[in-house]
Amino acid sequence: MIRCEGVTYVYQRGTPFEATAIEDVSLEIAAGDAVGIIGATGSGKSTLVQHLNGLLRPTAGRVYLDDVDINAREVDRRRVRQQVGLLFQYPEHQLFEETVTADVGFGPRNLGLGPDEVRHRTARALAHVGLDPAVFGPRSPFTLSNGEMRRVAIAGLLAMEPRMLILDEPTAGLDPASRREILDHIMRLRSARGLTIALVSHSMDAVARLCRRVIVLDRGRVVAEGATRDVFADPGRLAALGLGVPQVAECARLLRERGVPVRPDVLTVDEARRAILDALAGRRPAPKNVP
Amino acid sequence: MSDRAPALIRVRGLSHTYEPGAGEPVPALRGVDLDVHRGECIALIGGNGSGKSTLAKHLNALLLPTAGEVIVDGLDTRDRDAVWAVRQRVGMIFEHPDDQLIAAVVEEDVAFGCENLGLPPTEIRSRVDEALRTVGLEALRRRPPHLLSGGQKQRVAIAGVLAMRPRCLVLDEATSMLDPAGQREVMETVLRLRDEGLALVLITHSMEEAALADRVVVLAGGTVALSGTPSDVFARDDVLRRLRLEAPPIVALARGLAAAGVPLPPGLLTAPQLADAVAAAYRRGRGGA
Ligand SMILES: Nc1ncnc2c1ncn2[C@@H]1O[C@H](COP(=O)(O)OP(=O)(O)OP(=O)(O)O)[C@@H](O)[C@H]1O
Ligand SMILES: [Mg+2]
Repeated sequence: MIRCEGVTYVYQRGTPFEATAIEDVSLEIAAGDAVGIIGATGSGKSTLVQHLNGLLRPTAGRVYLDDVDINAREVDRRRVRQQVGLLFQYPEHQLFEETVTADVGFGPRNLGLGPDEVRHRTARALAHVGLDPAVFGPRSPFTLSNGEMRRVAIAGLLAMEPRMLILDEPTAGLDPASRREILDHIMRLRSARGLTIALVSHSMDAVARLCRRVIVLDRGRVVAEGATRDVFADPGRLAALGLGVPQVAECARLLRERGVPVRPDVLTVDEARRAILDALAGRRPAPKNVP
Repeated sequence: MSDRAPALIRVRGLSHTYEPGAGEPVPALRGVDLDVHRGECIALIGGNGSGKSTLAKHLNALLLPTAGEVIVDGLDTRDRDAVWAVRQRVGMIFEHPDDQLIAAVVEEDVAFGCENLGLPPTEIRSRVDEALRTVGLEALRRRPPHLLSGGQKQRVAIAGVLAMRPRCLVLDEATSMLDPAGQREVMETVLRLRDEGLALVLITHSMEEAALADRVVVLAGGTVALSGTPSDVFARDDVLRRLRLEAPPIVALARGLAAAGVPLPPGLLTAPQLADAVAAAYRRGRGGA
């Protein structure tokens, strides 16, 4: 379990460029939960998630991992980072080895695993992100396409087998099939291994797929929090914050505007189809007939 | 089409093979033919590694053909003397707004490309004014770029390219790191430019964005696998899936509703279009009841 208590972070404190990126943020992510963190550019999402694995140290407030203050003097931050894996927003900042194999194996090697285990985990992680280890393994990470690079960064994270994954825009640059495959894989890990997930994304579809709960940031503060379905049922509010809703939810909103009584809390194509058919047939949907 | 003006950009038999230091050569493009016309928005889509960015870099001579040719406004990109003329005609916008902005204030950033063209200062000033007006950022001209939102940063980058008076704008996943408001902002800006006659090549993994183009070109394994209007291309669900793509959610929803017997016209691509059509069906249903 991860908990932030009153976390504030000020960049370049004491200089003319001083800027408060997040202010008094408190939140809790239970073990095995999947939480989405959304907000406009500059709302502080990336700053916030870098606190969750100790990469940034709060200017004020505390971050707890299983009730241990991760910034306490006696805590080994390296061990925290092994348990809480962070995928950066810009994966090319995360890649540095000469070959893809070496890059993905870097984390496991640092965990002190033997060469066989490192090789095994590397190959498995690459396969999970849809890259053939024989083809891509020997390549330099810097000659990869955009989406290939992001997938290598994700593989490097998976190979560490952390118990918590923090993903900052993991689906940007992925083709639609990879997007689906990688999100599905992460969902499987959550149910099989009880992985805890924090997802930062501008893709409302990705958030809707993966997350049960959503936290909304605006200018460094938490301004809304709740079940994904409830948060996305208020498109007007999200639009005011520079955000959107999944395209089918937008369509449901437009339909209500046009006098068709479609329920507002639809997230997927399937839910939207059923909601529209209900409205056209004059059926009033039972409040909870959407799974 | 023979009755059409000659293409602004003509790509014929274009192949590109990367020769990385380590590992095998990578054939990234294999015999691509493509015409880009003035005032046309082409969405270039395809799976990761299908060759989109490689093709984009050929359109302004950042890469040169291993085989085949790229002709921009009559200029062959292989002609060394034409390189700067080609780059002035075809501007590129990339994914990361931050990597593209270098100057201390917005207007200097917008002027940067023009200064490299060696234009006189008065000319640069008037072009910068016009470009900032076009993207709607005159009010922010003295701001440092790092204080802007992601969408504003991309518009600054677009203004910098526009000041060079290009004929074509190539956007390589230019909205992928933006929040939804920023995505909308950039798409509205570039589609307006298209309406004014600029050619657009829009590389995107967002099928919703691709649906806004005039023509969709699908790359797979370095060749053009499919091309046509958005409604034609997105109707080919089976092919799209094989190519690691999918129809936009609205197209899938429209298909699902039509299959359930809702009378909808074909070719619905956007949320407002679908909402209008469903609302019409709803009113007809009530009128008939
Ligand atoms: N500098 C390079 N050296 C070697 N191979 C490269 C280089 N750049 C790209 N490639 C390879 O060429 C192929 C096409 O890459 P390209 O970047 O054009 O794909 P893309 O369609 O833009 O993919 P994405 O959607 O992931 O951005 C890929 O297999 C990629 O690994
Ligand atoms: Mg690319």
